[in-house]
Amino acid sequence: MSFEVDVAKRLGEAEIAVSFRSDAGVTALFGPSGSGKTSILNMIAGLLMPDRGRIVVGGETLFDQNVNLAPEARHAGYVFQDARLFPHLRVRANLLYGAGGGAGGILLDEVVDLLGLAPLLGRWPRTLSGGEAQRVAIGRALLSNPRFLLMDEPLASLDRARADEILAMIERVRDALKLPILYVSHNRAEVDRLAAQVVAIHR
Amino acid sequence: MTLTPDDWEVIGLSLKVAVVGVVLTLPIAFGLAYALARGRFPGRILLDAVVHLPLVLPPVVTGWILLILFGRNGPIGGWLDRLFGVTLMFRWTGAALAAAVMALPLMVRAIRLSIEAVDRRLEGAARSLGASPWRAFRTVTLPLSLPGVWAGLVLGFARSLGEFGATISFVSNIPGQTRTLPIAIYTALQLPDGDSIVVRLALVSVALSLGALIASEWLVRRQGGRAHVL
Repeated sequence: MSFEVDVAKRLGEAEIAVSFRSDAGVTALFGPSGSGKTSILNMIAGLLMPDRGRIVVGGETLFDQNVNLAPEARHAGYVFQDARLFPHLRVRANLLYGAGGGAGGILLDEVVDLLGLAPLLGRWPRTLSGGEAQRVAIGRALLSNPRFLLMDEPLASLDRARADEILAMIERVRDALKLPILYVSHNRAEVDRLAAQVVAIHR
Repeated sequence: MTLTPDDWEVIGLSLKVAVVGVVLTLPIAFGLAYALARGRFPGRILLDAVVHLPLVLPPVVTGWILLILFGRNGPIGGWLDRLFGVTLMFRWTGAALAAAVMALPLMVRAIRLSIEAVDRRLEGAARSLGASPWRAFRTVTLPLSLPGVWAGLVLGFARSLGEFGATISFVSNIPGQTRTLPIAIYTALQLPDGDSIVVRLALVSVALSLGALIASEWLVRRQGGRAHVL
């Protein structure tokens, strides 16, 4: 089973509760803005603590009554909606931030090829367009040797052409690396194209 | 205008007092700024107020409090004397302590603003990429708050260079030990023929303060920071 998630969290007035199991390569969380999709990803990544529940990814328990792994111990490759690159580091240093120990896994050159990052390596994040920043963010997540990927609306800030390009890259990542991907979107077309299993989130 | 050996002694001492005071205060100021910016603990408001006390108290009172605490019979001074045979009284080290205490609130304020401006979601991104909390702090929070650290250093340095009231009431006015620029200027003002000394030392003060401001602005710009000291 790729993802087994059953969590609940109260955030102010909103109650977020979701339960799903998926064995698909790409699982999509589909729902309108404000339905708590990002909070669910944050809970899986360990950046937000659920009030109760259980999170198991690839057979490893990340959270339950007794377990609460630190974010750095979860090996999530998290691609944030806003890319969230480190502004004080050039693209190359951003890509290598999580690469660490070098215990196998994907290499910088492969990621650079896969995502077409070669011309960007020496640039500062503030000089990148939305699509470029998003590609770097995907590369950074891949290079951290993740056991699974969390992608939060990676196409939200892009125009059609750019979005298609990134979508094609995500498909390549899906097919080349065989990592379970949890993909958040409010766009039906994206979800239909990528995902084998769709989890609908209601407000 | 030529500076006399006495002038140079005053300038050297002032720089030594200000640099040592500010450099030793920096880690404490950063720790306090971090705790005040990020911490949620009982007594935070009290700590905030105590840190700011030297900013609002008459400096002479701050000096007097230091005298009570660090005097040879004071609770801290007596302890330093017994254990290490160290005394701050009438020494340049005491002047550096007075400068440090007076600079602390300005440094904490500057650094705190800059820590509060760091996007905490970047720390989350670092953690999700495998960084321990300590590594996330070292590689993300700390470098991103550096503009505030520079600003704090300059403000603290300028404040230390100008420190008068707390210094003179804590460690008095001793040539070569505690007679820093402002105290030397004040002393010269009391002399019937001290005018030329006053002019020279006042010009040196202006040059040093201006130099510090411009140097720090240059440092901040060079590292591409959007924050400004000036």
